[in-house]
Amino acid sequence: MRIGVLALQGDVTEHWRALGDVGVEPSAVRRPEDLRHLDGIVLPGGESTTMSMLLDSSALREPLAEALHGGLPAFGTCAGLILLARTVIDGRPDQRSFGLVDMVVRRNGYGRQAQSFECDVPVEMLPGAPVHAVFIRAPVVESVGPLVRVLGSAGSVFGAASATGSATADRSGRVPAQGHEATPVVCLQGSVLVTAFHPELTGDRRLHRLFVAMVAEHASAGSGPGPVGGQDQPVVEAPGGRCTALGA
Amino acid sequence: MPAGGHRTATFTVKRGLADMLRGGVIMDVVTADQAKVAEDAGAVAVMALERVPADIRAQGGVARMSDPALIEAIQKAVTVPVMAKARIGHFAEAQVLAALQVDYVDESEVLTPADEAHHIDKWAFDVPFVCGATNLGEALRRIAEGAALIRSKGEAGTGNIVEAVRHLRSIRSDLRALSQSDRAERYAWAKQLAAPVELVQEVATAGRLPVPLFCAGGIATPADAALVMQLGAEAVFVGSGIFKSEDPARRARAIVEATTHFDDAAVVAKVSRGLGDAMVGLEASAFDQRLADRGW
Repeated sequence: MRIGVLALQGDVTEHWRALGDVGVEPSAVRRPEDLRHLDGIVLPGGESTTMSMLLDSSALREPLAEALHGGLPAFGTCAGLILLARTVIDGRPDQRSFGLVDMVVRRNGYGRQAQSFECDVPVEMLPGAPVHAVFIRAPVVESVGPLVRVLGSAGSVFGAASATGSATADRSGRVPAQGHEATPVVCLQGSVLVTAFHPELTGDRRLHRLFVAMVAEHASAGSGPGPVGGQDQPVVEAPGGRCTALGA
Repeated sequence: MPAGGHRTATFTVKRGLADMLRGGVIMDVVTADQAKVAEDAGAVAVMALERVPADIRAQGGVARMSDPALIEAIQKAVTVPVMAKARIGHFAEAQVLAALQVDYVDESEVLTPADEAHHIDKWAFDVPFVCGATNLGEALRRIAEGAALIRSKGEAGTGNIVEAVRHLRSIRSDLRALSQSDRAERYAWAKQLAAPVELVQEVATAGRLPVPLFCAGGIATPADAALVMQLGAEAVFVGSGIFKSEDPARRARAIVEATTHFDDAAVVAKVSRGLGDAMVGLEASAFDQRLADRGW
């Protein structure tokens, strides 16, 4: 099995170690030719604006988009989630994402580093203890479409700036959440797994194992988009307006 | 507090941001406009300061923390993390930077030290700190004080990479030697490094620092970035090298690309073409004052 790690910028080393721990020898993806013969790809954490610029300068954007839309299983964490999302709010105007997961995501939605946090997240499909999740200037998933399966959610102290705008924003522009509404932090659409946090920063390898199992299942089912994890929905790009708003 | 053990400012969270900056370029900026140029060029973070090191060196005088208004203007201008510098030992400046919610504080030898014996107790802060080091002992002392990221000191404001190379080689070489030692020898290592023995044992077993190691001080060209990345730096800080050059926007982007493709000489060659003049730079023997000697 060949799993690549997009190695333009970010915590590539940590994903490398995590994949090694679950018995996969990963390869680095920096050039278009590195995409050849891959069975799956990991998009690591890092700065999504920097990665987006480097995807263009490294001539990787188009071949990677083609591979992803052709059904290549992918696992994106934090910045990786942003790159795979359909709609990004608070990104840079020139920032582009691959639009594979039908979700609206707000970049740095929890705030600055001062609001970065860790907490426990129970994850569907992962029996046993909750996943200990580390959120670093993490994106907030504001809404997901009907094809997205939410596997785990976390309450947040700082909600994303609310669309209703009724609450008063603090100096960082965030609106403190009234309650502790749950925000999706682990999502699956087709053969694309995304987390708003960094499973690669803890020793818990269950999410990497889950992704490797998805890749194995996908590979054995033949090339092209296929059913994963009991879903029989193909990967499609949902048109705008089909997203279900979460929370108030 | 919500359920699920929500905790902020843990060491994992502090170090986590440094992990996310790996493979990237952190650029010194003195205005909001420069911060935008840096972000446009693909900087993973910016360092807000009043004067770049080359100007501090040239103009002399006491160098201090930046004006909070400047830091706030830079925070408004960009979406990438914003770091800012405090003087060595000046915990009150660090408290101000923490109140401004900067993403990282650099306890920096580039500014004039405020305490001749003590660095800041960084465990007392929620904001993460980066500190400079010239050798492994210094790096471990800073980590023992709570630093979540270590950078080489190099010799800031010179455009000369020689000191950063010395520091990186020294740290990496001692890490290799330490990882070959047996348990008994590590007590002598701790004494020699003037670092806590528990930390020395941990580093010897892991074979690496418990925090990322970045390079700073003297990077002026894409090839400089490629050099230090090949020597084991995990990301680079560029101070005067960008905005003291002829074409900052192009040079900044070229250094970003060279940092990513540090082991691909064809890319480094491509991005190095026609960048205009680099910053002028100083020869090592011409340094009137070694900033790297500040801190202990």
